[in-house]
Amino acid sequence: MYPFTYSRATDVADAVRDKAGHGASAYLGGGTNLIDLMKYNVEQPAHLVNVAKLPLDKIEDLPDGGLRLGATATNADTAWNEQVKARYPMLNQAILAGASPQLRNAATNAGNLMQRTRCYYFYDIETPCNKREPGSGCSAIGGYNRIHAILGASEACIATHPSDMCVALAALAPTVRVSGPNGERSIAFEDFHRLPGDQPQYDNILAEGELITSLDLPEKGFAKNFTYLKLRDRHSYAFALVSVAVGLELEGNTITDARLALGGVAHKPWRDKSAEQLLKGQPATAETFGRVAAHVVANAVGQGSNDFKIELARRAIVRALQQATEGRQRATDAFLNSNP
Amino acid sequence: MSQLLTSAPHRGGLPAPVPTGPVRLHINGETRTLQLAPWTSLLDALREYAHLTGTKKGCDHGQCGACTVLVNGRRINSCLTLAVMHEDDDITTIEGLGTPDNLSPLQQAFVDHDAFQCGYCTPGQICSAQGLLNEGRAHSEAEIKELMSGNLCRCGAYTGILNAVQEVVAAQGEMVK
Amino acid sequence: MSQTDHIGKGPNRVDGPLKVSGTAHYAGEFNVPNLAYGYVVNSPIAKGKVVQVHADEVLALPGVLAVYSHENVPHLAWFDRSYKDLLAPGGSPFRPLHSPDITFNQQPVALVMAETFELARYAAALLRVDYEQEKHETNLETKRTEGYLPGGGKLGYAPPPPPRGNPEKAWKNADQKIEAEYTHGAQHHNPMELFTSTVEWLGKDKITVYDKTQGVFNVQRYLTGVFGLSKDNCRVVSQFMGGGFGSGLRPQYSVFMATLAALELKRSVRVTLTRQQMFSIGHRPNTLQFVKLATNPDGSLASLQHHALHETSLFEDYTENVVNWSGMQYQCDNVKLGYQLAQLDVYSPQDMRAPGAATGNPGIEIAMDEMAYAAGLDPLEFRFRNYAERDQNVDKPFSSKKLRECYREGAAKFGWDKRPLEPRSMREGHLLTGWGMAGGVWDAMQMPSRASARITADGRLLVLSGAGENGAGTYTIMTQIAAETLGLPLEAVTFELGDTDQPQAPLQGGSWTAASVGTAVKNACDALGEKLLKLAQKQKDSPLKDADYDEVEFVNGQLRLRRDPDRAVVLRDLLQASGVTQVEAESTALPNMLKQNGYSLHSHNAVFAEVQVDEDLGTVRVTRVVNAVAAGRILNRKTARSQVLGGVVWGLSMALMEETIMDHKFGRYVNHNYAEYHIPVNADMPHIDVLFVHEDDDIVNPLGVKGIGEVGMLGVTAAIANAIFHATGKRVRDLPIMLDKLL
Repeated sequence: MYPFTYSRATDVADAVRDKAGHGASAYLGGGTNLIDLMKYNVEQPAHLVNVAKLPLDKIEDLPDGGLRLGATATNADTAWNEQVKARYPMLNQAILAGASPQLRNAATNAGNLMQRTRCYYFYDIETPCNKREPGSGCSAIGGYNRIHAILGASEACIATHPSDMCVALAALAPTVRVSGPNGERSIAFEDFHRLPGDQPQYDNILAEGELITSLDLPEKGFAKNFTYLKLRDRHSYAFALVSVAVGLELEGNTITDARLALGGVAHKPWRDKSAEQLLKGQPATAETFGRVAAHVVANAVGQGSNDFKIELARRAIVRALQQATEGRQRATDAFLNSNP
Repeated sequence: MSQLLTSAPHRGGLPAPVPTGPVRLHINGETRTLQLAPWTSLLDALREYAHLTGTKKGCDHGQCGACTVLVNGRRINSCLTLAVMHEDDDITTIEGLGTPDNLSPLQQAFVDHDAFQCGYCTPGQICSAQGLLNEGRAHSEAEIKELMSGNLCRCGAYTGILNAVQEVVAAQGEMVK
Repeated sequence: MSQTDHIGKGPNRVDGPLKVSGTAHYAGEFNVPNLAYGYVVNSPIAKGKVVQVHADEVLALPGVLAVYSHENVPHLAWFDRSYKDLLAPGGSPFRPLHSPDITFNQQPVALVMAETFELARYAAALLRVDYEQEKHETNLETKRTEGYLPGGGKLGYAPPPPPRGNPEKAWKNADQKIEAEYTHGAQHHNPMELFTSTVEWLGKDKITVYDKTQGVFNVQRYLTGVFGLSKDNCRVVSQFMGGGFGSGLRPQYSVFMATLAALELKRSVRVTLTRQQMFSIGHRPNTLQFVKLATNPDGSLASLQHHALHETSLFEDYTENVVNWSGMQYQCDNVKLGYQLAQLDVYSPQDMRAPGAATGNPGIEIAMDEMAYAAGLDPLEFRFRNYAERDQNVDKPFSSKKLRECYREGAAKFGWDKRPLEPRSMREGHLLTGWGMAGGVWDAMQMPSRASARITADGRLLVLSGAGENGAGTYTIMTQIAAETLGLPLEAVTFELGDTDQPQAPLQGGSWTAASVGTAVKNACDALGEKLLKLAQKQKDSPLKDADYDEVEFVNGQLRLRRDPDRAVVLRDLLQASGVTQVEAESTALPNMLKQNGYSLHSHNAVFAEVQVDEDLGTVRVTRVVNAVAAGRILNRKTARSQVLGGVVWGLSMALMEETIMDHKFGRYVNHNYAEYHIPVNADMPHIDVLFVHEDDDIVNPLGVKGIGEVGMLGVTAAIANAIFHATGKRVRDLPIMLDKLL
């Protein structure tokens, strides 16, 4: 870990000002990923601005019927929030499928969006990695890539975004509110994270110095027909190989609205709007699900050790759509939530 | 053919270490002022500066849970947080839960159910279990197993850990089945 | 009635209160004054040379004390034998910081010393090292035809026995036969505690070393050999160890580094490895196995052939017993066992829980399942038909063998008789259920060991032996043995271990501690008992006058005549009346070779497992495991059960999760952390039943104990793999069975 100076911001303006006043600096939230990466020398900020105790930790109703998730509310407080549990249970399940109770107690909502890939080579500074060291090459291509992308990857990078929470958010489509040196702006969640292209060093579209202040969920929460299905190499405390967030609205057996997002398959939480369109107006049947699942993975590309993910994702989509239709959250990992 | 390679190429000089300053921590009900630089994790502050070695280092990266402590009653990994971030927080470590002569109910249950072997993950398991009790969200065997899954145990004492936590949860009247 | 019969009961661990309160001190927790901290720098290449270490740059940082590398390490011992620890295999042991040559990735190349841990870590990150890289080979697949027979062995290694009968001909002539290859990658021990050494500087060339080790005497031997210290000036202490599983059997480079720095800086030093560095200190080797089995029409084995090839380093012939077990596990007159090594640019493998057996067991036990199906037999029935009454490898009877009872009691507890033979016959929706079983065998060994016992006038007994406690329960069972031998309550006895100032004990491994140290403790207490009897007989009107030692017993704090318990003296009264402050005795325990020579000494177990497999998604959940163990006398039912529970977790882990992935391009492990090297968490746990099958054995050692740490792991991996076959009809022969192999 490289040395750094430290300050604690008192309000958002102070934080933005403080960060701008230092060169290679970073905002520090829960620290669960940033400090991790600093210990591996992957991140080397010279200054940290602690924003974890800014008054951005509220979860509150919005006038338009939506719900505002404060940037510094912890993942745990968000998951167990009564409004979230009742109105956005898919988000509750996705958060609880991720990390561990300890990490969820420290990690913030904004930090969850900002977490970086778990690519083995990104983490190991002794190996080339275009995301860590632009131009050095991608070791995962042609290397061991079990946890890598099958959709939207580039010749420069096949890393995945590791979040569970963000997969549910991709399906729920909140707005990301940010403050920066040039004022405030709102970003649609689907635009927030980016694909690697030839600049894999950028995970998202935030401009220098911008700070996330909240996630504003729209009213529609798909609280009745939803699922978050996570597949991984052990039954808890492991990153997703493939995960699927599904929200459906049904009239009888006909799908009237649908959301479908995947985790563990791409550089960003992978929402497939064309698949959502394919679902709309169709009967909720195995035939429909199979057709849509095949559509989602039609352009998927395997890299060797992750080839299996294409078939796994296809099957997981079918299962998730079935579960959502039946109106029961039953991930195979079975987190039994007896007090929803 | 041999190829030349240099590890750790510096990008722009060698930044000097940042000086230490006083950091006031409330640990186990006691206020301690330690001389720390910002780069000292809460875990290292406890073990190497406050000499409270009950909190263990198993991975230093939030991947094992051995370093679990309670901050304001909530369990977190002390390895992934900086000591300077916790001025004025109430920190409880395993030493604050009980002593060999006066074990807490959880500590006693761990002994009775042989919920450990080598004992190295144990303080983290117990602090995690205490956090689980404080949260009050585990009411079934499956929920305890899931909510204790942030703590690895290489000896494989999970069955004992489950039974110990079950016993204390049940004693608090919170067990569904 | 005796209140001082402790053996066979299940008292709580005597060290439990220390462990649960954070007051048990591990190697990195001796915060002696004026500590300097070390951080190790490792090679990013697998083969080549260090050209230059740019130490001057980091030495300029205030607070950085030293950088040690091959460029400046002082003259150390010259000959290989000085570096050979008790468990060194054939070859030349790795010498840290000795030469510029790089022979494996993550080889330690430098040690940075600084005033604080954080500064040492930072300086290590800054340290520039120039390397000349050469082409490496880390892929065992490239060595399939280059296997060789190991030359020298190591402690406990036995070459495969010569072939018997004509296995190849029998295999060719048989109607029912199978042939298959079984593989697993490298695995790392990954105990929870990082390797750490705190070396306390006590003045001129005198140190106390608090080390994470499974053998303080082994570390002392190594350090005195390498650094030329006298034993008196090199005390090694390990009172608690946060898990070993074999990783602490040999001295690790952490203790070399810390000792080097302490002697050079003349200052106390701590060196702690990182989790990533824990992947550079030895591993269970990547292994290929080839099995051929054939049966006669009556279901008896006509031929059994088992061959293994595994990796080793360029500098040592690491050996373990992979295939020998197969030749003793089943009755078969046509047997061929083969074992070869292949050199790769990797570090030497190292014994890891049930070394060899944990590898060979899934090989033979999955093959036995395949053979049972090929022969149309229930896998348990198939094993009964091939039960070995005698160890054909050495042509000797077993001192005891209750494997049949393990099979029966385990099967009954599990409900095996309700199992349909046909795979894929238990289904509920998309979940397929499967039942599998397997058995295991491990050595019952005893090593030379010493212990001392001292009783003081207050009636308290102190027993010492320099053994180890890495979770097996050494403190507790030795306390039980000592207390029962001298008729004392557990609270009156203190057992201390892990210090080279104590009587010498063997390495803590191989499941031999209970037998070896336990016997030494019993002998020392008996020697003390004899002295106490003599003391009693000196008393005026002694009720024990003329009694021989074998005519008396120690019960409930009394020394009394067996045939007439009323003729007794109270121990504490005796000590106080006789005016002595203490009585002590020391004793050595050696295996009774005369008694044991005619027998094969082994523990056995049988494991039954239930899995549920999601047919669409390939996910596996192990739901039930029954592990029935016959391991002689069980000293402590509670701690022994815990060891077997842990064994089940290890077997499950090997079946479904554990593998260190090598990227052959770099010759470097890629998942070198706890996030991507998966071991089970609580949510993965099945319901586990542990059964101890009664087994008396007065041949194996005076206590009748066989050890339990290794055998409890055996059978589990194969039982799970076999259950997955039963559930899905898919036979996976490459471990671990991750979900993609079932899609």
